[in-house]
Amino acid sequence: MKGLSKDRLWSMAVLAPSVILIAVFVYGFIARSVYVSMTDWGNDPAQALALEPIIRWVGLANYQELFTGFLQGRFRQELVSTIFFTVFFILGCLGLGLGLALILDRNPKGEGLWRTIFLFPMSLSFIVTGTIWRWMLQPGGGVNQAPTLLGGQPSTFGWLSSTDALWKFDWNKLPLLTASVVGLVLIVLAVRAARSGDRTRTLVAAACAALLLGWALLIGPNVKLLPAPELHGFNLALIGIIIAAVWQMSGYTMALYLAGLRGIPEELREAARVDGANDLSLYRHVIFPLLAPISLSAMIVLGHISLKIFDLVYAMAGPDNISTSVPALNMYLTSFRQNQFALGAAIGTILLILVAFVIVPYLSSQFRSEEGHA
Amino acid sequence: MKKALLLAAALAVTTSASAAGKLEIFSWWSGDEGPALEALVKLYKAKYPTVAVDNATVSGGAGTNAKAVLKTRMLGGTPPDSFQAHAGQELIGTWVVAGRMEDLSSLFKSEGWDKAFPKDLLNLISTNGKPWSVPVNVHRSNVMWYNPAKLKAWGVTVPKTWPEFLKTCTTLKAKGVAAPLVVGENWTQQHLWESVMIGTLGAANWENLWAGKLKFTDPKVVAGFTTFGKVMDCANKDASGLSWQQASDRVIDGTSAFNVMGDWAAGYFATTKKLAPNTGFGWAPAPGTTKTFVMLADSFGLPKGAKNRTEAINWLKLMGSKAGQDAFNPLKGSIAARTDSDLSKYNTYGKSAAADWKSNKIVGSLVHGAVAPESFMSAFGAVIDQYVSSRNSAGAAAAAQQLAVRAGIGK
Repeated sequence: MKGLSKDRLWSMAVLAPSVILIAVFVYGFIARSVYVSMTDWGNDPAQALALEPIIRWVGLANYQELFTGFLQGRFRQELVSTIFFTVFFILGCLGLGLGLALILDRNPKGEGLWRTIFLFPMSLSFIVTGTIWRWMLQPGGGVNQAPTLLGGQPSTFGWLSSTDALWKFDWNKLPLLTASVVGLVLIVLAVRAARSGDRTRTLVAAACAALLLGWALLIGPNVKLLPAPELHGFNLALIGIIIAAVWQMSGYTMALYLAGLRGIPEELREAARVDGANDLSLYRHVIFPLLAPISLSAMIVLGHISLKIFDLVYAMAGPDNISTSVPALNMYLTSFRQNQFALGAAIGTILLILVAFVIVPYLSSQFRSEEGHA
Repeated sequence: MKKALLLAAALAVTTSASAAGKLEIFSWWSGDEGPALEALVKLYKAKYPTVAVDNATVSGGAGTNAKAVLKTRMLGGTPPDSFQAHAGQELIGTWVVAGRMEDLSSLFKSEGWDKAFPKDLLNLISTNGKPWSVPVNVHRSNVMWYNPAKLKAWGVTVPKTWPEFLKTCTTLKAKGVAAPLVVGENWTQQHLWESVMIGTLGAANWENLWAGKLKFTDPKVVAGFTTFGKVMDCANKDASGLSWQQASDRVIDGTSAFNVMGDWAAGYFATTKKLAPNTGFGWAPAPGTTKTFVMLADSFGLPKGAKNRTEAINWLKLMGSKAGQDAFNPLKGSIAARTDSDLSKYNTYGKSAAADWKSNKIVGSLVHGAVAPESFMSAFGAVIDQYVSSRNSAGAAAAAQQLAVRAGIGK
């Protein structure tokens, strides 16, 4: 054991407590939740809170129930809602944050003050933001009354209470849609690989695409998840929540972008100008490409916030407003109001997988680049 | 203030020093309802001066937070000595089926409560003839509120049945009232649903529904859903943004004509809005439910493993007694669950409700936990929401039936 110098032993001793705590309280509990999600704990009310509950292993039945069960339409709508919410939330934050950062980068008067003002909403908790916006978005509340200031008619849009939806699709078509989208992406990849002359990659991507599209065209239409068509779409009531969330988090992306902009050396800008770039092409060809890594990290951070969002929705629309509900809210209600612990754990696990889709590629790329540096 | 605190602290020290026992009661009564609970605690202390009462309150909307805390404590093996729960299936479906509550039969017998409470109420709080909790107050769910002056101005009367209501609704719409009925967020819609359903099915079929004798997919129930849809067509479109108080405001200011809400609205109109009963605000049983009293009640039970069992039983005895109920209810704005209460202590609305309590057929409320367990009720909100946007009666009825099977209703 030559490698174990005193230093190393020390570092291990100091790290051990946190490693053990994380192993138990993070990974242990994740494993426990995943296990619970594959049991029937709580499906029988008499066993849910009993002293010695009888808990049976049911495999993936809870997941099947969530995706195809007659009673779980609410969950499916929430899944769709959370995707739409994430997309618009990230786009809104990135767009607004970049815009603010570009303005501030031009050193306007009182820049420090503006920066503080834009960053300030971030210091509030989502519950506070939610309560404020809930008041402003009331049917007869501030935002709807705003047009009267300009002499117009008060708006009647139901910010949080609308039950209308856009872009509706039948849940039964979901496998078809997914397969088509993934297939198209693979085709694009194949074309790209072909252009860059990577033969094996082209073949693999093309074969996968053909397989998927073939499935989508031949078998996909016959796959029926549900006995009856079930429409899901983008609920208009979510707009209010997206506005509040963007209001809160765009200051944060602004700070990220501003740091990125300030990190771009002046020489680069000068060099571009010397080469005859005007403002527009300076941004397009020099500055924006340099900001790409920042956009990526902002997307990761915002993405996992929006997938897990709970408190903002709870404060703004309450737990029982199905048009604005999200999976995290449903998980809470299912577990702690309906006492269906296994089903709640299954929703939690699905959320974890969704977040993992966002986080894991980022972490692994981060990890790889760090190793590269070392 | 400081002195009072000091005094209270000193008192607490002396009482706990000489205390023969302790009692921890767990509830979600705070704010407006706090004084009513205080009155009961005071009465208890007067009777058992040596017991230190620990009033553990977890505030927040209809007990949502308190119920979550309670679950943690029960599962953790440290139940409070006695806790608040909506009387009926909310307690039975969650805690009694799990085998964590004590049977109160002997207490009911020794205190003569099997005579003091109406029989329909005893049925609602018992399974197989065993009562599980002591109801301390009663609220009525099926009340329709209106503004008498406005109704006169519009020239309409209070509808007695739901078809009549729909006719009145058309009349009012023709007179420019865009939403003759006002509803609020999800639970108030379920609240309306239950009045519509009882008004269409009748009290007996409502009871059958929860005994599992009538299926939700029965044509009668499906028709009830359809009526509910028509009633919702008379309602405001911004419902889910409104609290019940905001919805009540619209009745007073004449934006809408009617609102179906529990009788806590009487307290809101009289105390907060300073309106006179019968002139400032009026009420009638919800259409079709004239001789029916749809009740909900707060009650206290005795969990197994309570540390201070004797004190808890004394607490329950006090809650069920005439003195206890008449101290609590006038302050809470509810009526006593006992039929022999002293009516002179109650306000105008309370007197009329108490008279109905004695003479009407009593059935339990769904949305307030009397007839169905939490596992049904909580998911039923989604059924109503989906129904309101899709208006598919048969689908909603089928979903409700599946929920009922899953929740073990009628087992």
